[in-house]
Amino acid sequence: MKKLLTATVLLGLLGGFTLPAQATPQEDLAEFRAYFKNRFPNTPFNDYINGVYSIDAASREQWEEIEEFPPYELNISKGEELFNKPFANGKTYADCFVNGGIGIAERYPFFDSASGKVITLEATINACRTSNGEEPLDWQKGAIADISAYMHYTSRGNIINIQVPNDDAAALAAYERGKNHFYAKRGQLNMACADCHVYSSGNKIRADLLSPAIGQVTHFPVYRSKWGGIGTLHRRYGGCNKQVRAKPYKPQSDEYSALEYFHTYMSNGLESNGPGARK
Amino acid sequence: MASIKMRAKVTDGVTTIKALISHPMDTGLVKDKKTGKTIPAHFIQEVVCQHKGTTVMTANWGAAISKNPYLSFKFKGAAAGDTLSLSWVDNTGEKDSADATIK
Repeated sequence: MKKLLTATVLLGLLGGFTLPAQATPQEDLAEFRAYFKNRFPNTPFNDYINGVYSIDAASREQWEEIEEFPPYELNISKGEELFNKPFANGKTYADCFVNGGIGIAERYPFFDSASGKVITLEATINACRTSNGEEPLDWQKGAIADISAYMHYTSRGNIINIQVPNDDAAALAAYERGKNHFYAKRGQLNMACADCHVYSSGNKIRADLLSPAIGQVTHFPVYRSKWGGIGTLHRRYGGCNKQVRAKPYKPQSDEYSALEYFHTYMSNGLESNGPGARK
Repeated sequence: MASIKMRAKVTDGVTTIKALISHPMDTGLVKDKKTGKTIPAHFIQEVVCQHKGTTVMTANWGAAISKNPYLSFKFKGAAAGDTLSLSWVDNTGEKDSADATIK
């Protein structure tokens, strides 16, 4: 017993430096920003929200033309209609959100200490529906994307400021889970999100350019020409997993919600500019 | 039916019209995943733009045009404040039109 006590005191004195201290989210963010500043020195910080169009002039020209009359306009109108339509019980989506749901979309996702979960905007939309006796919507496209498009449209220009409180172990754990997903290799192609969107960002992948991970989530939900329609962030996560031939997780799963939490945190300080149009 | 969103602007005598039309543009070759039945062809066949009673643009479309088509074209001879009318007819006989003032 005495030996154990001595050993413990010794360890305490040594400061327990056997384990390296884990980087805090703030440190991760600083490192992330420094990396991209170094990789794309000519890109102003605010322009990251425009993805590949911030680093390629030719496609930017085409994209700016599209933005003059964007395809997602129809989705915003539809979303506004859906958002304002009352449920069968007379309540509306506005009753479920702060400020009636206007200009708050960029606050998602956030960590809810009470439930111990990462709460996304789409999850809140469906929670609003079910708590008011309505059927939940499909997670990846259609009505939920339209409503999200409208809500994000009202948040355009708002600065993203996701919190990961250092004193909340569960929040940190969710953040770390998202971070691990981002950096972990997966699938038959054995690639991580970071492989394309950090280390190869700006490079060509066949005929496409790889967008930098910083500012990557700000324009969601996104109208993709490839989809011929609008879709949610988790829809894209599933697509990306499939593209490296990994089995995708379910939309709104804990894994993707954690990833969204980390991913959005990395875009802190940037303007929300959803919905966006992409190739 | 409000399926047309339209904007028109005149610069140096040339009017540019941009329109986004909401329409499924089904080719008639796609099967519904749930029912297995073919979704019948439903696409816009003709788009006409009129200015002061004259037709300034006629477009003959087919099934190859994508869903929710975006259309843009230019013409001369109009001035700011004039009204333009854009209308479409599809293969089922459905139609819609919208007006816009040139800015």
